[in-house]
Amino acid sequence: MCLGIPGRIISIDEKIPKLAIVDVGGVRRQINIACIVDEDHPPESCVGDWVLVHVGFAMSRINEQEAAETLRLLEEMGEVQAEIAAMQASGT
Amino acid sequence: MKYVDEFRDPVKARTLLNEINELIPKIEIVKDRPLQIMEVCGGHTHSIFRYGLQNMLPCEVEFVHGPGCPVCVLPMGRLDDCVALAELPHVIFTTFGDAMRVPGSKKSLLQAKAEGADVRMVYSPLDSLKLAKENPDKEVIFFGLGFETTMPSTALTVLQAKHDGIKNFSLFCNHITIIPTIKAILDSPQLEIDGFLGPGHVSMVIGIRPYDFIADHYHKPIVVAGFEPLDVLHSMWMVLKQLAEGRHEVENQYNRIVPSTGSVPALEAVQEVFELREFFEWRGLGSIDHSGVRVRDQYADWDSERKFPVPNLKIADPKACQCGEVLKGVIKPHQCKIFGTQCTPEMPMGALMVSTEGACAAYYNYGRVNITRNSAAATV
Ligand code: SF4
Repeated sequence: MCLGIPGRIISIDEKIPKLAIVDVGGVRRQINIACIVDEDHPPESCVGDWVLVHVGFAMSRINEQEAAETLRLLEEMGEVQAEIAAMQASGT
Repeated sequence: MKYVDEFRDPVKARTLLNEINELIPKIEIVKDRPLQIMEVCGGHTHSIFRYGLQNMLPCEVEFVHGPGCPVCVLPMGRLDDCVALAELPHVIFTTFGDAMRVPGSKKSLLQAKAEGADVRMVYSPLDSLKLAKENPDKEVIFFGLGFETTMPSTALTVLQAKHDGIKNFSLFCNHITIIPTIKAILDSPQLEIDGFLGPGHVSMVIGIRPYDFIADHYHKPIVVAGFEPLDVLHSMWMVLKQLAEGRHEVENQYNRIVPSTGSVPALEAVQEVFELREFFEWRGLGSIDHSGVRVRDQYADWDSERKFPVPNLKIADPKACQCGEVLKGVIKPHQCKIFGTQCTPEMPMGALMVSTEGACAAYYNYGRVNITRNSAAATV
């Protein structure tokens, strides 16, 4: 919950630009990106960016190498599997 | 040092450890007692145990595991409130998975679910909002908990519910704030903390300036730290260097994620939806002034506490539990009388045994090797 998980923005919602499809460890889901868009980073420009995702919200932009390292570490701690399982089981 | 080779950069880890060893004799305090460095955040606690960091450090440096695991500090009464809400007719009670097994005074949410309450685990508050849209004849409650890291996500979800006109969604707000908590720790006569590893992802939201009082008024160093084992070692080195040089400043080791100003959009959402409570009750720490937030009047329609009867009873922890003393760093987890016997991750008595970020669960999962090693060393 507090550690978050890196994901990559795949596409932006056409109707609501603060929503995006993000690939998190191979699972794609809708993520709210309101906290990382601003004048310098309009939604369209965010496709391809790596972000740190906390409970369905992109909370900060990270670089690709940082993302890879963080994923490796979370995998070692067993957190990636837990996050992805939570995403897939959500609402059941 | 059996784990150093596992580090991303073992050479850097060794260098840091060597430099830490060189700093120790330059620190005045160690002449009298070991240094007490508190890692505020449960994510750090997990890394410290997973990588055996305590055993790599010189014995003059001790970690004190802070209260930064939001699941662990929930008092039992709050869990009872959750169960009471979940058992109301026509309610779907949604929560993060971490909170499912935390014991209440009679049962956990998991037990309530087994007995027929509609309790569902969600990954995000947005999933909870979606459930509300799909089930217009039900009331969907989201159990919001966590420090500033997760606060923006629930604030934005409430804003979304208002925007979309969804009235059958509400938030049971149990969010807590880090600054008053650190202040309470600094004011606690039982504890003498020499420096802090600051929470990484809370700081990503609030920035680093709110910690100024720790340096300015309490004259203690604090270094905002990342979660990799190397980050923790690096931050520890930064804290010790400050102590050796007689400095007390706010430093940011995790600046690749944490901007010194925090996240403006996140803080705006939090400001809009939440206001400080006069006080909030913590497991083991008691009541701390201004340490929690509640939903503002303008958003009363999305506030579970206003929409439903919440028992809000104060329930004392079971006598055998020593969670409070562990949370305050007065005893180490394995010194609790029921650690590993009546209280295990499979059958937790206290919340510190439930979450992987809780000190007792971390000790149980990774720490026992070290404990035996230490006691063996003591008998030689
Ligand atoms: S062992 Fe269990 S009861 Fe004892 S402090 Fe830890 S969580 Fe609390």
